[in-house]
This record gives sequence, structure tokens and C-alpha cells, in this order.
Amino acid sequence: MENKALKIVVLIKHVPDAEFDRHLTGPSHTVDRSTSILSELDEYPLEAALQLVEAHGGAKKAGHQVIAVTMGPDQASAAVKKALQIGAHEGVHLSDEALAGSDAAATSLALAAVVKQIGDVDLVMAGMASTDGETSLVPAQLAERLQLPQVTFASELELQDEGGTYRIRARRDGDTHSDTIESALPAVVSVTDQINEPRYPNFKGIMAAKKKPLTTFSLADIGLETADVGFDGSWTRVESAAARPPRSHGTIITDEGDAGKQLVDFLEQQKLV
Amino acid sequence: MPDFALSEDYQDLVDTVREFADEVIAPVSAKHDEEHSFPYDVVAQMAEMGLFGLPFEEEYGGMGGDYFALCLAIEQIARVDQSLAITLEAGVSLGAMPVYRFGTEEQKKRWLPELASGQSLASFGLTESEAGSDASGTKTTAKLENGEWVINGTKEFITNSGTDITKLVTVTAVTDTTTRDDGTVKKEISTFLVPTDTPGFTAEKPYNKVGWNASDTHPLTLKDVRVPEENLLGERGRGYANFVQILDEGRIAVAAMAVGAAQGCVDEALRYAKERKAFGQTIGEFQSISFKIARMQSRAHTARLAYYDAASRMLAGKPFKTEASIAKMVGSDAAMDNSRDATQIFGGYGFINEFRVARHYRDSKILEVGEGTTEVQLMLIARDMGL
Repeated sequence: MENKALKIVVLIKHVPDAEFDRHLTGPSHTVDRSTSILSELDEYPLEAALQLVEAHGGAKKAGHQVIAVTMGPDQASAAVKKALQIGAHEGVHLSDEALAGSDAAATSLALAAVVKQIGDVDLVMAGMASTDGETSLVPAQLAERLQLPQVTFASELELQDEGGTYRIRARRDGDTHSDTIESALPAVVSVTDQINEPRYPNFKGIMAAKKKPLTTFSLADIGLETADVGFDGSWTRVESAAARPPRSHGTIITDEGDAGKQLVDFLEQQKLV
Repeated sequence: MPDFALSEDYQDLVDTVREFADEVIAPVSAKHDEEHSFPYDVVAQMAEMGLFGLPFEEEYGGMGGDYFALCLAIEQIARVDQSLAITLEAGVSLGAMPVYRFGTEEQKKRWLPELASGQSLASFGLTESEAGSDASGTKTTAKLENGEWVINGTKEFITNSGTDITKLVTVTAVTDTTTRDDGTVKKEISTFLVPTDTPGFTAEKPYNKVGWNASDTHPLTLKDVRVPEENLLGERGRGYANFVQILDEGRIAVAAMAVGAAQGCVDEALRYAKERKAFGQTIGEFQSISFKIARMQSRAHTARLAYYDAASRMLAGKPFKTEASIAKMVGSDAAMDNSRDATQIFGGYGFINEFRVARHYRDSKILEVGEGTTEVQLMLIARDMGL
């Protein structure tokens, strides 16, 4: 039996570049996104999705599709553009002023609505965290909202051809042991930065990206109300924020014969031994 | 009015290659420089990104870009590593380009896909101990015997000629001589495709160079090397005209490389001037340093405009030889001057080999020599002015 063409959604985020000084801005302490890039951790699920497609007949031959989805202000479309240059086949950008200030709960609600709107999605893939919020909450919440099985923090991922359908098999590394988890599709999978080595776009990809479809959705397009998302739809609220204090000078131990003892005393004080 | 703003495609290429250079190349540059080792892993990744196929059409395995795209990529790589920039420059503009420009359809189909994909490297066997820009000194000969060209001679300073992935060298050789009325001898020069596995072809021991240590450079020996008659590249007797064209274009690519080196020195010096403190302030706050860096930036900027101008003339099909010579000369001047200033700003660290500015200092010297010395550029510029 001929397998169904796969439709894989990869969730990507436009985040402040860690190379620059990152800070919070405005009365609600939201992240300043003026120097932003495609989150490096989101290049891993994109690469993993492209590899799955390539290993199973390719996009052209088998009709598989990788769709990069982001939620964010206008300039976040730069992240989708980068994903299209790297190799995603389509882009979807959820952009609406009412989304500003959404926490993980509100974000997962909105993304779940986007996935439903795209329709017939076999696999939703995400990175292990965003490099700004770093909550790692969205994939699990999204799976819950979509009522799909979830595998988080996969460090290896393969698709098993079951003749007519696919199953995923993922490896999950813990501190003491590793698990191998299988699931039927559709499913939500987040992957770690150990899973692959993401590719760089090539010039053909850069030029091809401009011709690939990029759809922009508003809240109304995905059937949500203003109150469902943003500050109103969030379960958490940042009351106050302070800049991290500058790193203080370390303690310098001068060896006058008792440096070893001083070192152990220090570690003891810090409850490290 | 001329407009040198980059289009979105070019800018995206620049951003991508710059990111790759910073993340993948820069961390291993000092190691390969010290070990004099060819960075096969990095070259393979550059190949995956399609850098070796930038100016070629997709039907030949290329990326469908143009020569300017190649120059932009070379500039970004040279910022952090001149050895890898010259590997790309020589591989494409000297190695593959002669096949692309002068090859028959059959020769192009045979060689370009593997060269454009970066699976194999080609090199350009022109220079000899007494012949370079002056081709009349060429001593290598090729004689047609029973449907085969028999090539004998030696070549010097041939980039990319001895790597594990080098498969082809295009070699210039004297195919005939005629005596002019005044008694001087006129040499007929032709070009040949010599696969590196041809018996009699040897890439000799690599040179111990001042710089470009991670780039592969050998003398070549050709002893009764026999290639089929159809390995003649371009018309018989057009070898000189053809390699002049290749060198004219190549000068723009070398200019781009020199600009990358000059900019790399600015970037490093700027970063260091903001960090390093002396006499209670950062050294960048001393006018002697800030003016030096401002001058370095100005050199890099003007040299960049010069190569953009030469490249845009070339792509528009206009005459560009003189502009290419100017770009190559001011670019190599900028690289040399900036590397001298950057090492001065770095103080003692500028004299330590593993620092990038020290590498640029050693590497930049050859930019004043390769693909036509500064003196040859001046000769060409002056000749164009009727002098």
C-alpha cells in the first residue's frame, strides 16, 4: 500500500541574538526583539524534519511537506524566510497585535489553532527550548491541546514504514539511562541539540525561498478571540524584573601551604562537598 | 547613479557565509595553519553549501548564481581564513572556470558537475619559474603524437594541485614556435586538461610558505604525460588569450579576498580596542588607535567599492580589465596595510601565530603577488592610459 505523503509542521521562533546584549523592555517586561534571528535550537527540528523527508522518498517524489510555523510580530517572518532558505517547503506566520505578551499557555493555544487550521498534520516538531524564554513548555502543552501523543527531548528520531502508515521511534536520554519510545502518528515531538548537525542554506535555497508559499494568519483566521491570547489569555504575569547583577570577582586563594584546606573549606561553605 | 547596495539574494548569501565562517571555519583556522594541514572537513561543508558551484548553471551542477556571488562568498571567508578563501577562489575561478568558459559541451558535462559540487578540485597550471604574467617564458611543451598530446615540463606554485580530492589540472604548454622576421621566436600556447591520475604527472612536495599554510600548493612535474587529443581545452593557440581572460576575472575574486582580509583586520582590531585597557582607559579611546582603525575601515570600504565596480562591469558585459587591476591592487594594499596596523594594535599578541591578525599579517603578503603582482597591475593600468 502506498504511504500517505507526510505533512510535518516545525515550530520555529524569532528570538533575540545571543551575541548581543539581551534585555526586557516596556511596562510588561517583554523581550526586546530588535536584533533577532531564527532560534538556533529550532534549526535542529527543522533539520530532523528535512532528514525524515529525505529518508522516505523526498519532498518532490513522495509529496512530503515541511511547513515552518512561527508566531510573532511582523519581523518574525525573517525566521520563516530563513527556514524556507534552509529547506522548508512552506511557511506560516501567525501575526496579530493581540498576541503580544502571550505566555507558554497562550502560545500553545494559538499554535494548536494554527496546526488545526493547516489540517491533516502528521507530525509537529519543536526544539528543546526557545533561547529566550527557555521554558520548554510549549510542545507538551500543544500536544495536550491537540490531544496527541508527545515525545519530548528526542536525541534520535526515525520514521518506521508500516506499509501504508508510519510510526515514529525516538530515543530520549536521561541522566542514568536512555529510553526508546514509539508512537503512532500524528504526534508532537521535541528534539535536543544532539540530534543532528543543522545545514546552512545554499544559494539555490536562498533564491528558491522567495518563490515558496508564505501564509500569514491573523487571530480571526484561526478562530480565536483577542481575550484568548496575549496578556489576557496568559496564565502567568511578570510583576517585576531586574537586570542580572554584574558577575562579582571570584575568591582568590593564595597558596601559603594551606591552599588545599582553604579550597575544601570554601566548597563546604557552598555546600558543594 | 551607481548603486552598490546589495540585493536581498546577495545579502542573504553574505549573511549565511559569514555565519558559516564564524561558526565553522574560525574555530579550526589556527590549528590548520599551525599544522599546515588541508581542512578537508571544512571544504566538504563548503561544498555542501554549494559554494564551489556559485557561478555555474544548474545543468552543470551549479547554484545558478554569478561571479559576483562567488566574490561575496570569498570575501566573507577571507575575513577569518585566507587559506580557505584561496582554496575556493582557485578551485572555482582558476580551476573550474576555464572548463566552463572554453570547454566543449562534452568537456563541461564531464568535469563541471563534480567540480561545481565540490567533490573534486581542479587547479590551474600556468606559472613556471620563468613564466607567469609573461607567458613567453613558458617552457612546458605539448606535442601531438598518434592522436595524443605528450606534455613535458614543470609548473610552480600551483594551488589545490595535490589534495586527495584534486582530479584535474589545466596546463598551459607551448604547442608550436615560429620565428618572426626580426629573428625572435613566437610561441604558440595552448591549454590542456590533465587528469591528475595520468601517468607521468606528479604533484611534488608542498612548499613551506610564509602564509596560506592550510592551502595546498605544489610544484608539478609533467614527464611524458599523454592525454587524448580531445583534451585540448579551447582552440589550439588560444591558450594565452584564454588564460588572460581567466586572470582578468580572477583578479576581481582576489580583490574580494583582499577586502575580506582587510575587513577581518578591522573587525578584530575594533573588538580588541574596546576591550584592552591601558593607562586607565580602553586603548580605543586613544586617538592614535581610533584614527588608525578609522583609516583601516576606510581602506576596506574603498577597496570593496572598487571590486563591486569591477564585478558589476564584468556582469554587464562591459570592459572591466583596468577596473579589475585597480581593485586587485588597492585591495591587496588594504589587506597588507590593515594587517600591519592590526598587529600593531594587538601589541605582543599580534606577533603570536595563533592570533587571527598575525595570520592575516603573514597571509596578506601573497595578495600583492598572486594573480599578477602589484607591478603588473600598475603596468596594465598605465598601458590602458596610453603610457
